[in-house]
Amino acid sequence: MAQEEVQQHPLSIYFWIWGLLFVVSFFSYMVDYMQLEGYLRWTLILVFMFLKAGFIIAIFMHMKWERRALQIAILVPPAVILVLIGLMAIEGDYTFLTRIEFFGESTFVPEYPHH
Amino acid sequence: MSEAALSNRGDILPQGGAGVVQDFSSDKQAFHVPWGKAMMWIFLLSDTFIFSCFLISYMKVRISTPDPWPLPSEVFALSFGGDPIPLILIAIMTFVLITSSGTMAMAVNMGYRKDRTKTFWLMVATAALGASFVGMQAFEWTKLIVDEGVRPWGNPMGAAQFGASFFMITGFHGLHVSAGVIYLLVVAFRVRRGFYEKRGGNYEIVEIAGLYWHFVDLVWVFIFAFFYLW
Repeated sequence: MAQEEVQQHPLSIYFWIWGLLFVVSFFSYMVDYMQLEGYLRWTLILVFMFLKAGFIIAIFMHMKWERRALQIAILVPPAVILVLIGLMAIEGDYTFLTRIEFFGESTFVPEYPHH
Repeated sequence: MSEAALSNRGDILPQGGAGVVQDFSSDKQAFHVPWGKAMMWIFLLSDTFIFSCFLISYMKVRISTPDPWPLPSEVFALSFGGDPIPLILIAIMTFVLITSSGTMAMAVNMGYRKDRTKTFWLMVATAALGASFVGMQAFEWTKLIVDEGVRPWGNPMGAAQFGASFFMITGFHGLHVSAGVIYLLVVAFRVRRGFYEKRGGNYEIVEIAGLYWHFVDLVWVFIFAFFYLW
């Protein structure tokens, strides 16, 4: 079958991606270590997450070299998850406001064992 | 860019958009890959939806609770004698899993080169790294349950839903890693024994096992971002 020649890639590309994953993971750990806050933090988390996910899917899982029919069949359906995310975000906000309205603000006092 | 694939009759199939139309309208076979690989991809797609449901329900309970959410960088801090270092164990687990993905990618490559010894040892290394990941996770769970009093129904550090989300998401992921370790070892020992030589020397199974393993790493990328860093 043609498949046998198809999956022969030089090892160097795996070493490159491997190294990049290490670097990007280090950056995402740094986001927490540097205690970045707010939109900067969330944006960086998402950027590094999608970079890593992209490298893994495209190179390690060979999606880059598959035929487009398989790429579409596997990569497009997860987009519907966005609809569920949107619905549940609205629902979560509604539940939160309802709880505040009927039960009042939280009186919870956090206790951390390290403190 | 995809590379030349052949139809059932041996014709070279068109690329790009014309290829999509031809593949989806073909009589016998839509995906010109070994059936095991197509089925693994479809299984992984279904698994994507399961993990998405867990992460989305975690998002929903985190948005909807009026109590403060426990700070992951404090909850998962670990001290090696001195001041606690935030998220250090999780960072180590992340690097272990990425390393295992690297060794797996090499194993797939060696499999297609029919280098059985290297394939075997690289897969064993991958499984060993996976097992050490599960070990660290067991340590993390023990610390959280015994030292910090986290339960699925509550904890001293914040919203009660933290424990339920944490145990469900990381537990299901850990289960996938454990299953992957067993799967990889089974395939690795078959490779060494020459099991696949009797079946025409076809080492696609290594790539299929690899797809599963990379997926486990992929899910961890999302868990790390949304549960530990957010």
